[in-house]
Amino acid sequence: MTALPDLSSHALASARWRPAEIVFWVLALACAFLFPSRYLIMTDIVRLALFALSLDLILGYAGIVSLGHAAFFGVGAYSAGLMALHGVINEPVIALVAAGLVATVLGFLTSFLVIRGVDLTRLMVTLGIALLLEALAERYSDITGGTDGLQGIEMQPILGHFAFDMFGKTGFFYSLIVLFVLFLLARRVVHSPFGLSLRAIRNNPLRAAAIGVPVNRRLIAVYTLAAFYAGISGALFTQTTALASLDVFSFERSADLMLVLVIGGTGYLYGGLIGAVVFKMLQEFFSTITPQYWQFWIGLVLVVIVLVGRARIHRWALWLPNLVIRQFAGRKAVVAIPESDAS
Amino acid sequence: MSIRSQILLAASAVAAVLAVAPAQAEDAVKIGLILPMTGGQASTGKQIDNAIKLYMQQHGDTVAGKKIEIILKDDGALPDKTKTAAQELIVNDKVNFIAGFGVTPAALAAAPLATQGKIPEVVMAAGTSIITERSPYIVRTSFTLAQSSTIIGDWAAKNGIKKVATLTSDYAPGNDALTFFKQNFTAGGGEIVEEVKVPLANPDFAPFLQRMKDAKPDAVFVFVPAGQGGNFMKQYAERGLDKAGIKVIGPGDVMDDDLLNGMGDAALGTVTAHLYSAAHPSAMNKEFVAAYKKAFNSRPGFMAVSGYDGIHLIYEALKKTGGKTDGDELIAAMKGMKWESPRGPISIDPETRDIVQNIYIRKVEKVDGELYNVEFATFEAVKDSGKTKK
Amino acid sequence: MTTLFTILFDGVAYGMLLFVLACGLAVTLGLMNFVNLAHGAFAMTGGYVCAVLVNNSGWPFFAGLPLAFVSSALIGVVLERALYRHLYTRSHLDQVLFSVGLVFMSVAAVDYIMGSSRIFIKLPAALEGQFDFFGVGIGRYRLMIIVICGLLTVALQLVLARTRFGSRLRAAVDDPRAASGLGINVPQVFAFTFAFGCGLAGLGGALSAEVLGLDPYFPLKFMIYFLIVVTVGGSSSITGPFLASLLLGIGDVAGKYYVPKMGPFVIYTIMIVILIWRPNGLFGRTATR
Repeated sequence: MTALPDLSSHALASARWRPAEIVFWVLALACAFLFPSRYLIMTDIVRLALFALSLDLILGYAGIVSLGHAAFFGVGAYSAGLMALHGVINEPVIALVAAGLVATVLGFLTSFLVIRGVDLTRLMVTLGIALLLEALAERYSDITGGTDGLQGIEMQPILGHFAFDMFGKTGFFYSLIVLFVLFLLARRVVHSPFGLSLRAIRNNPLRAAAIGVPVNRRLIAVYTLAAFYAGISGALFTQTTALASLDVFSFERSADLMLVLVIGGTGYLYGGLIGAVVFKMLQEFFSTITPQYWQFWIGLVLVVIVLVGRARIHRWALWLPNLVIRQFAGRKAVVAIPESDAS
Repeated sequence: MSIRSQILLAASAVAAVLAVAPAQAEDAVKIGLILPMTGGQASTGKQIDNAIKLYMQQHGDTVAGKKIEIILKDDGALPDKTKTAAQELIVNDKVNFIAGFGVTPAALAAAPLATQGKIPEVVMAAGTSIITERSPYIVRTSFTLAQSSTIIGDWAAKNGIKKVATLTSDYAPGNDALTFFKQNFTAGGGEIVEEVKVPLANPDFAPFLQRMKDAKPDAVFVFVPAGQGGNFMKQYAERGLDKAGIKVIGPGDVMDDDLLNGMGDAALGTVTAHLYSAAHPSAMNKEFVAAYKKAFNSRPGFMAVSGYDGIHLIYEALKKTGGKTDGDELIAAMKGMKWESPRGPISIDPETRDIVQNIYIRKVEKVDGELYNVEFATFEAVKDSGKTKK
Repeated sequence: MTTLFTILFDGVAYGMLLFVLACGLAVTLGLMNFVNLAHGAFAMTGGYVCAVLVNNSGWPFFAGLPLAFVSSALIGVVLERALYRHLYTRSHLDQVLFSVGLVFMSVAAVDYIMGSSRIFIKLPAALEGQFDFFGVGIGRYRLMIIVICGLLTVALQLVLARTRFGSRLRAAVDDPRAASGLGINVPQVFAFTFAFGCGLAGLGGALSAEVLGLDPYFPLKFMIYFLIVVTVGGSSSITGPFLASLLLGIGDVAGKYYVPKMGPFVIYTIMIVILIWRPNGLFGRTATR
């Protein structure tokens, strides 16, 4: 029986850092220096990327579809906002983790509802939870500020040194570092035996159960972890914008997130990150050209992406770059076929 | 999906979009206009945008030797988008004014940026009292809900209305409207018999209206955001509240000129207090309404007038400073400015930087086959009592 | 007591309306297993077509309604043939991406053509107001909704259960391969069903303008409600979505009347509880697909 060593070497091989990944992070850092006037929108992208990473953990690796991921984002956002507003925890980093933990608790509690049922049921249960929380936040407007949101949040400097500035420089580096750290963690998790067992569950829950994977416990664990990630991204949102209003729970936020992840591709961690970049850029691009009707063009892009097929689009888009690579690197340029999406 | 291909794709997108540096014109004054152009508040944004276009057509795009350039951004009425847009406008486009702001949270989100950047923030829609207190650079040309709500409260108490049920949208402007109405109405001897706050995003008023009907008041005091008024009136009539002798009163948002005609005869007889009616009998307004109708094929509402006055204020301030764009000088120039607007005489309170205007009591009547808010009483130079009381 | 009946009446009318709006989605999602989040766009189209015909061209309201159905159904069949059918076999995520894209496009396009203000359809005087029926206030318009939607529901049930087309559809859904082996033109059946669902949505859109208001954001605002109806109802027959619609309608209206501050909770809590209790909906199929 050589299956075991093969498997572990496969896991090790896929866990190794590839050059392209390093390039990715270097590019991300380079953006900070190349576009010093666009910190705010880049922070927005980083936050969205972290949020999408969170969804990728459950959708791409465990096959749980969710239309209510904003529930955890919102809880993280309000926790961070309330902590800053009432001076419970003033230091942003500690508050960030604390807010993430609040979301984690919620994730753990709701995971029992979510693991039941099939795709459509999960979709609606998660959506229902997010809507319920939105209604709660609206109902208890004396705590949450209702539709107007929390007003007057003032953030203390990070670690007592780095104050949030108007241009969003601190906020951007802060968010980027948080994203990177959490990305490393996620990378570690998905390449661990735990992560592999999740993939087994995604591909076939029955078979996974048959080979002894405790399916429900694994799903609860990853759902809880994803809630932590989403909570952190929500808390980052509040800390970097000093805002928290009801729309953090909104259906549109969850739905946009789904689009982001599907555009980028699921199940390889970078999908959410790249999807966030592409989606925000498209939005920025179209809404600059036509502030009133940009939604039409975004819609058109989505429709075209699906009709043409993502793999083909990538081939076309990369025709020129590949040509260049072939010329200079002298080796075969690769555009791989996308992994199958969980559906 | 290979990571490298994705990265290349993403990188080219980033470079393409981020690197588009805004063109810098030297002798231009730039106005960053942030409005909800999409989403549920889009009609507010469109009216203001239209009015500004109209004003610039009429008055030219040069003031004091400088060319006026408008940069429009959509925030979908979401405060975080407002903030990002405002920051981008200030830092990258180097705008001299930020203006617009469809909802209160949006106006508040931009306030710290106005203060830090010393950039005048001209609020053209949002109507909560506190806004102008959040930054010394905020000026408002729309209205506050306290202005119209206190007036209608007084009017109702003096005109034989004893019992009122209230229906207000549950957010800051709604709560402002309710508080100030209640304060003046009960001080005048009236009684509130039922108080219902409806969620902001609310598809069907039927159950709430049934509550109103069962409370048997003399009148219903209503505040719902511009746009929902039509639904309210339709269902008010459907439920037979008009037949039951229950009147509708409120700040004029419900009877927005923009939508009034679509409401049908159910709206007849509704009494509201507001800053503007398309039927305002002045030569200037007639001309404004005609020009607006000609250009955009719809009737201007109070949001359009607020936008029209907002851009006028910016023009006049620039004339006063001789084209200089220092934030403090501009704000100083704006303070105390008085002018004749399509809505009547208005001015900017030098102390609060809020608008001082006439509030008219109007009744919906049919004029030439169309519904209009016909003004029949005027309260002159009303300040924002949300602040004067303090 | 009479108030209770009025509330019940309003709730039923609201529920019936939701059913007509959503039952097309119940078919595409429940039976054809296609996640068509753009369903509301067809409803909006119907609503606007009716509004333009009645308000601008002076058509009578009752002539506008069938036209709302026909126009939405036509657009439905064109889109189905041109776009949707290529996606039946794709993953749900692709379907979501595609249909959300369509929603965005429709929202912006309607905004461009019709403006972003809410519009209303001019009603004949006979439909306005309320009359008393043993002390219970009955809204004329809502009564009409109940009558129209009730008739439609009965007709639908009959068509599905009793006609040849109904059995073909059920066969095509249960096992497309076997069905086409038996000589059933499966794509045709699907296209027809899809178009019919879109038509119903268009009719619902026209009917709902008076109650829910019609603006370009209609498809986004009511997407959630449609999904609730379909998931709570389950997909085995149209009885499930029908009952779910009534439950939702009555729950919503009663919740807002009796506990106005807790209104939204009522619906979402009911939904979550039902889905936990019966993950496949009230009348779901036991086999998961």
